[in-house]
Amino acid sequence: MNNTLTIAWKELKIYFQTPTAYVVSAMFVVFAGITFILNVIGTNPEATVRSFVVPSSIFYILLAPLLTMRLLAEEQKLGTLELLLTSPVRDWEVVLGKYIASLVILIATLAATLYYVIMIYAFGEPDSGPVMSAYLGMILYGAAALAIGMLASSLTSNQIVSAVLGMGTLLILTFIDTLGSRLGGVTGDIVLEISMRTHFGDFARGIVDTSHIVYYLSIIAIFLFLAVRSVETRRWR
Amino acid sequence: MIELDSITKYYGNYPAVTDISFRVEKGEILGFLGPNGAGKSTTMKIITGFVPPTEGTCSVAGNDILTNSLAARRHIGYLPETVPLYTDMTVSDYLEFMGRIRELKGEHLRKRVDSVVQICRLEEYFDTFISKLSKGFRQRVGIAQSIIHEPDVLILDEPTIGIDPIQVVETRELIKNLGGEHTLIVSTHILPEVSMICERVIIIHEGQIVAVDKPENLATRLRGTERVEIDVAGPTREIVSALEKVPGVESVNRKNSLSDKGYSSFEIEAERGLEIRSELAISIVKNKWDLLRLEAVGMSLEEIFLRLTTTEDATQDGENLGIEEVSNNE
Ligand SMILES: Nc1ncnc2c1ncn2[C@@H]1O[C@H](COP(=O)(O)OP(=O)(O)OP(=O)(O)O)[C@@H](O)[C@H]1O
Ligand SMILES: [Mg+2]
Repeated sequence: MNNTLTIAWKELKIYFQTPTAYVVSAMFVVFAGITFILNVIGTNPEATVRSFVVPSSIFYILLAPLLTMRLLAEEQKLGTLELLLTSPVRDWEVVLGKYIASLVILIATLAATLYYVIMIYAFGEPDSGPVMSAYLGMILYGAAALAIGMLASSLTSNQIVSAVLGMGTLLILTFIDTLGSRLGGVTGDIVLEISMRTHFGDFARGIVDTSHIVYYLSIIAIFLFLAVRSVETRRWR
Repeated sequence: MIELDSITKYYGNYPAVTDISFRVEKGEILGFLGPNGAGKSTTMKIITGFVPPTEGTCSVAGNDILTNSLAARRHIGYLPETVPLYTDMTVSDYLEFMGRIRELKGEHLRKRVDSVVQICRLEEYFDTFISKLSKGFRQRVGIAQSIIHEPDVLILDEPTIGIDPIQVVETRELIKNLGGEHTLIVSTHILPEVSMICERVIIIHEGQIVAVDKPENLATRLRGTERVEIDVAGPTREIVSALEKVPGVESVNRKNSLSDKGYSSFEIEAERGLEIRSELAISIVKNKWDLLRLEAVGMSLEEIFLRLTTTEDATQDGENLGIEEVSNNE
């Protein structure tokens, strides 16, 4: 665990010393702000976070891969992975440490959007339950998106390729629900279940369903596991 | 301390290393010599556990590098030839990080960082981002990183490349001083470096070991011919024919003329084990030529290296190596 935290800390330091995280997070907060304002000045403003949380979750398609693209790809490019993997550090500690660092940045970014929540509380009387469940959902959704980004980053030494891979995968996993509802029947249901968006709706409406939590945790586990395996096979290449 | 047993490594169908076995005892400094693509780096990657061998076993401090990898890795300090560094980090952050993942902490870690910074002369760049360092200083950071945890085993892949001459001397001193308590494997292209710092040399060529010995023994063992250099004043053609008549002499080559007073340098090769110097001197004096210098010369490591790696039968028969002529005769 010590190694994991050491690696997480090192990555956080680099996040704070380089512009990528600032730029990406700022874009996210601004995007959430725009959807927030659109709701406020719209014909039928609601005192809920749903209005900006749902579109923001779509923005994860860009945010997550941009945050994770460097993490493992650059280690391979610089050759530093060779030093990490010849140190007394387990492969999963490397992957998990880096993942935790990206998660911290994501949560910090979400914390910045609380500004809009404060505005809602200042000018309306929202239900606190849905606000909290929405943020729980946002964290889980984001964490799953980052895990997908980690796998993408482990597969290549090129950050751009890693970002594109991550965005492509997220794009499919997000919008596959439209295909699901078209198909109908059992296949359609299965496809719907796979979509990351399907599982987010309830959180935004204030419903915390264990099955949704399990879904996101499974995505995290599967993709991190694959990322660890991918790092392991780096040795054989 | 380090033990390789019939290690073979294939990259796809290409054998980078074939059937390599050797041992390195505690405190020994082993030199790894070979032309580009010989398999030096590959062997080092296998020892450090980065690249698994296709066949064979390797252990470090009694721990198998595959089955007991973590324990083996705890003993190793490693400088890969690419000198991998996080360019987005400062020197101090980087060294601290590398120390931490090698299980140093707290006060001890801080002391070790200060100590390696001092050893590698990096004080001035303590808070500089690595991306702003010159090649030589990056190399020094790489060396600093490899010794921060005082490993039993140090694997340095071409450690003196890109360092300025003064620092090279210091780095070699440093490496030499590390021997004794640490076990070292150093690869290099620079041949004099090997005789300067290593107690034993392994010459590797096309993935196979072609010679293992002490640097000085290597020279004697491979010297198939005795070689003498003389400076003489006199008519070149007569000198050559007179000296060729001396018993045991195999060839006489005029190397160059020393500008003034008509002196020329000759290189004479004779059968192995024969002492021909007095005979040569007598022959010269008899002819009343002026003898300025007469000297037996050994073979430089460069020449040994060339012979070992350019002669056809080098890999088959180490004993006959010296007898194969390369290019000295006309
Ligand atoms: N990852 C790889 N994939 C395929 N072939 C490789 C790989 N790494 C090395 N090789 C091949 O293996 C052989 C040995 O390479 P190695 O790097 O060990 O040589 P070296 O002795 O270190 O050479 P140099 O003096 O140039 O550093 C070379 O022919 C090289 O092309
Ligand atoms: Mg090499």
